[in-house]
Amino acid sequence: MIRVLNLYKSFNGKPVLENISVTFETGKTNLIIGRSGSGKTVLLKSIVGLHEIESGEIWYEDILFNKLDFAGKKKIRSEMGMLFQGSALFDSLTVEQNVLFPLDMFTYSSTEEKIERVNFCLKRVDIINANNLFPSELSGGMKKRVAIARAIALNPKYLFCDEPNSGLDPITAILIDALIKELTEEYSMTTIVNTHDMNSVMEIGEKIIFISDGIKCWEGNKNDILNSDCETLNDFVFANSLAKKLRTANK
Amino acid sequence: MKFFTQFGRYFLLLKKVFSKPEKPVIYYKQTLKEFVYLGLNSVGIIAIISFFMGAVITLQTAYNTENPIYPKYLIGLGCRDSMILEFSSTIAALILAGKVGSSIASEIGTMRVTEQIDALEIMGVNSASYLILPKMIATLLFNPILTLIAIIIGIFGGWIAGTLAGVITSENFIYGIQYAFIPYYIVYSLIKTVVFAFIITSVSAFQGYFVNGGSLEVGRASTKAVVYSSVLILLFNVILTQLLLS
Repeated sequence: MIRVLNLYKSFNGKPVLENISVTFETGKTNLIIGRSGSGKTVLLKSIVGLHEIESGEIWYEDILFNKLDFAGKKKIRSEMGMLFQGSALFDSLTVEQNVLFPLDMFTYSSTEEKIERVNFCLKRVDIINANNLFPSELSGGMKKRVAIARAIALNPKYLFCDEPNSGLDPITAILIDALIKELTEEYSMTTIVNTHDMNSVMEIGEKIIFISDGIKCWEGNKNDILNSDCETLNDFVFANSLAKKLRTANK
Repeated sequence: MKFFTQFGRYFLLLKKVFSKPEKPVIYYKQTLKEFVYLGLNSVGIIAIISFFMGAVITLQTAYNTENPIYPKYLIGLGCRDSMILEFSSTIAALILAGKVGSSIASEIGTMRVTEQIDALEIMGVNSASYLILPKMIATLLFNPILTLIAIIIGIFGGWIAGTLAGVITSENFIYGIQYAFIPYYIVYSLIKTVVFAFIITSVSAFQGYFVNGGSLEVGRASTKAVVYSSVLILLFNVILTQLLLS
């Protein structure tokens, strides 16, 4: 479980996140949704410690993460996996080497054991016969899958996904969503996904927070989201004409 | 004020670079790779430039010492001392600042803007140390070898040009390069090379590591890396020359 209390973050004196408090639950796919520029990525990067926060608290179970020193954060980070918006695979390494990297860095298993784990993770995300390809030779969807395989290589307790569907076609996006949900349940991870894709929200949104202009405006789940009183959220959810028509028809 | 901020960030980055590696064997492998990328891959350009520089120095020295009161072997001596004292370390460092410096800044800068550095940090890897330390070790160890190669090929280029152009005989040139040889000049040259290698790697890595933005900023960082490294090399050339030769 990850708890965020009264988080405040600004850039050059301009507030980007204000008074954010939320609990992300274990074994669930927690979603942070909002428009582009609303502060989703800053919130996610603050939670993982890539951004220093001005005030507030970030708790990983009973450990106050944002007050830890470098070594303390490093220990928690060994339990994190993260899928970045652009996949962030290492360009100079092959698919196999990318997934092998955290294993090489943090485990003392034999090479055979590590390769076995790599192949298991790649198979788990449906990447087969691509071990020797470089990231530049992969499609967007495959890159995301390899990035997920790398993220789960060390059996993380926490999985963070920043816009996992950006740049993907709707079918591949659904497959990636399903994979994230399956892995969350399978490994009982605390998963936090940043997205502005309403398909993802309706597919995997077990717990959702909506952020607008750096402020948490709404909290709920995929069943509540269509019946919210929050106008800003409704503007976001029913932004496209099809959704607007459906809403009008339902009314 | 901005200068002091950058200065402070530079030293904080160096502190991170020189912290204890997570797994030394990984760093060792990475260093070997950097030997190839930053060292071996620079041999070609250093060899070509040294050869022609040695040739030009010989021809220019010959042109300026046509007066019969100057013994001909001075042409060989001039070529040798120019190559050892200045070209092999300073001019080669300026060339390497362009080649290696821009490569380091753009590589690390691209990793920054494509979130690869963030990915390393999330894994719990000290990204500064993992990315910069192997490059630093590789250049600190390999650049002195490049300097020695530059000296040898430069003098060879001078010998070829001098004898083919007929400005000096082979015997006179060889006598000249042996005449009044001071071995300390080689040490002086190697000390300068090591300092310049550190400047090139650390300044370029600093520029790349703190890139903020996109590909345009990576290009700018790469340019800044070359400019700042070159200026610092010239500045430290004066300081080291005063310290080591006075």
